Amino acid sequence: MVDESTRKTLSSIPLLKTKAGPRDKELWVQRLKEEYQSLIKYVQNNKEADNDWFRLESNKEGTKWFGKCWFIHDLLKYEFDVEFDIPVMYPTTAPEIALPELDGKTAKMYRGGKICLSDHFKPLWARNVPKFGIGHAMALGLGPWLAVEIPDLIAKGVISYKEKTG
Amino acid sequence: MDNVEALKLKIAELEHKLKSLASKNVREKIEVMSSEVVDSNPYSRLMALKRMGIVNNYEDIRNFTVAIVGIGGVGSVTAEMLTRCGIGRLILFDYDKVELANMNRLFFQPHQSGLSKVEAAAETLRNINPDVDILTYNYNITSVEYFDDFSRILTHNSLNNGPVDLVLSCVDNFEARFTINAVCNEFNLTWFESGVSENAVSGHIQFIVPGETACFACAPPLVVASNIDEKTLKRDGVCAASLPTTMGVIAGFLVQNTLKYLLKFGNVSNYLGYSALTDFFPTMNLKPNPNCDDRNCVLRQKEFAAKPKVEIVKNVVEDDKPIHEDNEWGISLVDESVENDKENQNVGSGINLAYTLPGRGVGDGENSKSDDTSLEELMAQMKSI
Repeated sequence: MVDESTRKTLSSIPLLKTKAGPRDKELWVQRLKEEYQSLIKYVQNNKEADNDWFRLESNKEGTKWFGKCWFIHDLLKYEFDVEFDIPVMYPTTAPEIALPELDGKTAKMYRGGKICLSDHFKPLWARNVPKFGIGHAMALGLGPWLAVEIPDLIAKGVISYKEKTG
Repeated sequence: MDNVEALKLKIAELEHKLKSLASKNVREKIEVMSSEVVDSNPYSRLMALKRMGIVNNYEDIRNFTVAIVGIGGVGSVTAEMLTRCGIGRLILFDYDKVELANMNRLFFQPHQSGLSKVEAAAETLRNINPDVDILTYNYNITSVEYFDDFSRILTHNSLNNGPVDLVLSCVDNFEARFTINAVCNEFNLTWFESGVSENAVSGHIQFIVPGETACFACAPPLVVASNIDEKTLKRDGVCAASLPTTMGVIAGFLVQNTLKYLLKFGNVSNYLGYSALTDFFPTMNLKPNPNCDDRNCVLRQKEFAAKPKVEIVKNVVEDDKPIHEDNEWGISLVDESVENDKENQNVGSGINLAYTLPGRGVGDGENSKSDDTSLEELMAQMKSI
């Protein structure tokens, strides 16, 4: 279901405790703090393991998230904008992560650039409510998706390397 | 200059033509449903259901408000069927646009590409039956900003400004189903969940009366066994397949049961599945889970338990004579009904839970520590990594 390296990554992402969604006012603030703590730890782990692959930030309410993710292929860095909303039923339902600039470029996407998650993602998420957070969604959802799709899209010539400044 | 004049004339001529085309065959509103059998009465065949003794009160359909969430392959056909049946009011929700990729399904037409699904649908439906009052909402119900509006409309926008009579979920994702479930549990709204599998060869409808039948959060979603080896399913390269046939079948099931529920005839199925590959139609009953995660579901269950039970009176038509005078071969009926629903895990034959929920959680793992750092500090820290 989940391979060994993903399992290892997962186990190092701090789990969350508070089961609260954006309608829950104070509890949501608590949840949001846990989300940030977990994400910060995850990103730090990635940096230490020389596997830094995304940055995220949110609006003040923590309901809209945006940032960048990148993927190294043949020593070239491909970077994409990431965005998603926290669904009103979060954390029972997982966020739908989108890469808008790839919308229409691959069949493994729903409209608006939402990535197609594997069959395993939702059951795994459901079993781990409320312990899984945004970091887990990134590690289990977007990470594997990029690893499969980006090399394929590059090989097909659908996306090409762009020199980034800064 | 002559050219301009000529063009202006041409425009006037075309405008006139367009107007006459548009007004041709547009039927006027009809005040009262008539059962008169004439070619010009759009309701004659529906009202004939009364004469045939199927429905006693067909014209009551005009008093009902049905909300349809998701105007895609199932929802649009559902809306068309209810419109043709003369439903009182339809409330349509969808945030999507019509695309050419939708053309393998029914209802929408290529020239509607680019229009919002609700607007395109409303135009077609008003044309089919102007007696139906149609309200449209073009937004995503799972987003935090529209949730309250969605709840308000479902609870206040029926024909008599009360809650809608029935909600039909025709959405294609778990998040939206869960949102509808939460609203219906909170406000005690009866609804039907419907779905077609991503491989397009199975589907289901499920009738949910909060507190009385299992809600969508009571158990993991149910799937109709496809009887194909999951490993042989090729998922490479696509998210979802769809067929107009499967979607049409499911929309038909959905509206049939909607009519039965609203007009009180026949039996409404609690769960009706469809496996296209084997033409298998499982049905079953689902009791709510007393430990459901949705506290409103548990609340509704308590309310339901406190209510006196309505005895279902069976109209047994007594026949004077036995159907067969003799029984040469000694054929008799054997009661095969099984006591089911001991627990929700015990689902009907041919139906599986999409996944199981073992003892919650993955077990050990470091919990994210909550300390005194404020949210703002954490946001800043995240930004500065």
